[in-house]
Amino acid sequence: MEGDIALMGAYIGAGLAAIGCGAAGIGVGHIAGNFLSGALRNPSAAASQMANLFVGIAFAEALGIFAFLIALLLMFAV
Amino acid sequence: MATGTESTGFAIHPMDQFVVRPLFSDAPIQWYTVTNVTLWLAIAVLCVLALMVFGTNRRAMIPCRSQSLAELAYGMVYNMVEEVTGREGIKYFPYVMTLFLFVLFANLLGLIPASFTTTSHVAVTATLALIVFLSVTILGFVNKGPGFLKMFWVESAPLPVRPVLAVIELISYFVRPVSHSIRLAGNLMAGHAVLKVFAGFASMAIISPVAVGAVTAIYGLETLVAVVQAYVFTILTCVYLRDAVGENHH
Repeated sequence: MEGDIALMGAYIGAGLAAIGCGAAGIGVGHIAGNFLSGALRNPSAAASQMANLFVGIAFAEALGIFAFLIALLLMFAV
Repeated sequence: MATGTESTGFAIHPMDQFVVRPLFSDAPIQWYTVTNVTLWLAIAVLCVLALMVFGTNRRAMIPCRSQSLAELAYGMVYNMVEEVTGREGIKYFPYVMTLFLFVLFANLLGLIPASFTTTSHVAVTATLALIVFLSVTILGFVNKGPGFLKMFWVESAPLPVRPVLAVIELISYFVRPVSHSIRLAGNLMAGHAVLKVFAGFASMAIISPVAVGAVTAIYGLETLVAVVQAYVFTILTCVYLRDAVGENHH
């Protein structure tokens, strides 16, 4: 019985951790959207900023990946 | 915790593809055991070698396909190092190029059905990330001496804030190898697990057409992710290298 409750807690925790993945999605969407609106205003400068775009996306995505990792740990390792 | 195939109801358990198995015997895995991970790592190395050997053995004015692929990769990584790290970073270009090609081929080989995605294991990516982290730290002290520590002392901030910022900068410096490795492994693992989940749905008759379509679409997305993640891994290496070699504009 106690094991079942612990299992339930782990699964609920994994579900809560998945919120972080969605939040990272919001962040990545912000970056890509703002890049696109900037790039449409000044297309000639867009190509030189691709590296910054990918670095920004990578940093925003890292936290989502951390949340995903916590979810995986709760599902398979705890 | 999730004990096995029977508890989830999937015909294929989505995590089964990541199990490390010895290839030639059932003995417990030692550090020298040839497993599916080491096999696919070796194949990735052979692919890099093959690309470079076949790309450069007939240096034609009008390049053949392998030559233009090799030249494309070379030019892209060279520009990236020059742009992100700066002129002083060019001497580390061979390392960055090696890293890019290795991660790229490891990612792409994982997309072959029934193959093994080596970069989906944190053990593999953490090794790569730790090499980057240690070499950046050592190179920083070699190139700049104790001045490397000025990176943590943000001169542009007001004086009372600087100690707080120093702590934050220090933490973010030591989290680098973690995020660097988990990003690659997490992306690859999540993508391949999603592929297997939809492949599991394909065995249920009603939604099978949808599932097969979804697997095809996700496979295309995964190809994109494999290339983009190799690119991101490399560009972050360049960003970290900039702290060690470039002028202080952190």
